[in-house]
Amino acid sequence: MKRAGFTTVSLPVLLLLPQLVIIAVFFYWPTVVALQSSFYLQDPFGFGSTFVGLQNYIDLFGSREYRRIASFTVVFSLLVTFFSLAIALVLAVKADKVLRGARTYRTLLMWVYAVAPPVAGFIAVIMFNQSWGPLTEFFGFFGHDYMVGVNFNDTAFSMILASVWKQVPVNFIFFLSGLQSIPRSVREAALIDNRSASGRFWDVTFPLLAPTGFFLLIINITYSLFDTFGIVDIVVKGEPGNNPMTLVYKVYVDGFRGNDLGGSSAQSVILMVLVLALTIFQFRLIDRRIHYT
Amino acid sequence: MAQVQLNNIGKTYPNGFEALHPTSFEIAEGEFTVLVGPSGCGKSTLLRMVAGLEDITSGELQIAGRVVNNVEPAERDIAMVFQNYALYPHMTVRKNIGYGLKNRGTSKQAIAQKVDEAAALLNLGDYLDRKPSQLSGGQRQRVAMGRAIVRDPALFLFDEPLSNLDAKLRNQMRIEIKALQRRLGVTSIYVTHDQVEAMTMADRIIVMNAGRIEQIGTPSEVYHNPASTFVAAFMGAPPMNLFPAKVTDGQVMLGDQPLCAAPAQGAVTAGIRPEDFTLDATGPLSMDVQIIEELGAHRLLHGTLGAHSVTVHVSNDISAATGLQRLSVRPDAVCLFNATDGKRL
Repeated sequence: MKRAGFTTVSLPVLLLLPQLVIIAVFFYWPTVVALQSSFYLQDPFGFGSTFVGLQNYIDLFGSREYRRIASFTVVFSLLVTFFSLAIALVLAVKADKVLRGARTYRTLLMWVYAVAPPVAGFIAVIMFNQSWGPLTEFFGFFGHDYMVGVNFNDTAFSMILASVWKQVPVNFIFFLSGLQSIPRSVREAALIDNRSASGRFWDVTFPLLAPTGFFLLIINITYSLFDTFGIVDIVVKGEPGNNPMTLVYKVYVDGFRGNDLGGSSAQSVILMVLVLALTIFQFRLIDRRIHYT
Repeated sequence: MAQVQLNNIGKTYPNGFEALHPTSFEIAEGEFTVLVGPSGCGKSTLLRMVAGLEDITSGELQIAGRVVNNVEPAERDIAMVFQNYALYPHMTVRKNIGYGLKNRGTSKQAIAQKVDEAAALLNLGDYLDRKPSQLSGGQRQRVAMGRAIVRDPALFLFDEPLSNLDAKLRNQMRIEIKALQRRLGVTSIYVTHDQVEAMTMADRIIVMNAGRIEQIGTPSEVYHNPASTFVAAFMGAPPMNLFPAKVTDGQVMLGDQPLCAAPAQGAVTAGIRPEDFTLDATGPLSMDVQIIEELGAHRLLHGTLGAHSVTVHVSNDISAATGLQRLSVRPDAVCLFNATDGKRL
């Protein structure tokens, strides 16, 4: 096959330039600035900065609070990822079997996708309102005095619940389309080979959903780490105190509330490394082990 | 003893469409039955009802003496080969073949032994650890066969298994499947739209059209004694020539020439197979040959007989030329059909 090519170097460079400029200005420049300022101690009022080397990082890893927030973030991400995937998978498997009114059912399930994260957080705040939130009353029946923003576990539960609720529809759409792309005859062959419905699910359907599932796993980990900022912000209401928060939220709190730009930059660099590791993990390790048809 | 028995089996979809009119037939043990018909005739629906993949809306289905209307597909003691093979893409050939056995509680040792036997029978020994995506179409077809035979079921079901293969491979697999079925002696139902497959493979052919059975018979019966004009036109390549004819003085008249004695009065349809014509300088019929198809072992002459198109099959040792040719027909080679409903007279 003949390949079309450019005879000069200048034209392709010119065509790529807009994209390259955007990437450089909005991705690489901030990255470099963050990396640079993580080695400095910034004056809170903007009167210059002092080079401190790795001191910001040493302070972070020595800080009990940072370790506490990091471990909460891990727990939070695992729970959000697990429950958003599991609930979406159950809903998708059930919706896939619905024959009548399937379209209405699916549309209703996808609706939440259109809700912005701060609005989701706000809805959670209303649901858990101290004096008239329906979920607060629900817990009241069981004798539990539910207090968002006061009780650490209650606040964490609200954040997790809102985050999961917000993410389920996205996962649902992907799982459903994944299920529907499994050839009907393969499922029918399984129907003849295996009498147990759960056996068929785990032996045939689930492995064939694995590419979708793995893609969603990465998307959900990223979501729970970064995109839950709006939900955390609304639930915590800018009053971190003893409340649970994620690492991303702490970057904001330290940088913009505490005016510690150096420490905040060091935290973002750590998060960047985390994302890098996650990406390498995605492309190197698991991609090869999962069957793609 | 009948291995498969259908008593007034019918299928009506919830929207009221009757895909299969109540149908009854029996299949004897070890028999290779081919369901043939054009697409949409209900043959696949019938097969899928036997498999348990479609609900049976009326009638009773028995497999090996057991009523299985409401029995799960996995418990009907059947194995099915699908058109697109339906292999599990994430499993190796070995696991694909052994999956049905594993779920039936067969010991690991017995599975390994049976899979190896099936693989040897199908020349799949070298491919057992490959995934289906690494196999050619013919090899995938063999794996699908292996998955069916390894379970030693009471009934094999084939749903157009060869239609995804190229012509050469199809001819080869046709013989392989037939030989394998002979060797194993398992009762089989084979669905196809290809009348050549039906003729060559079947012990018995069931010709279907528009949700009804047109004819049940051996390939020879179906070919030489079609029960309707549909069967006459569907079976055989090229199909039977059909001419509208009149009956006068107890003779079927094609144009002004008598063909044979008539059992009825009025209008009939006369059917003559292309090979039942003879080129004969003194013959009563006159054909205008327009195109000669050279097929090596024989020739097909296409042209018109009176106002109707006609195809004549002659062997290659008979010279043929375009233009007017005289033909004759043995009276006993003519099939007569009712001109209105197409049924055999």
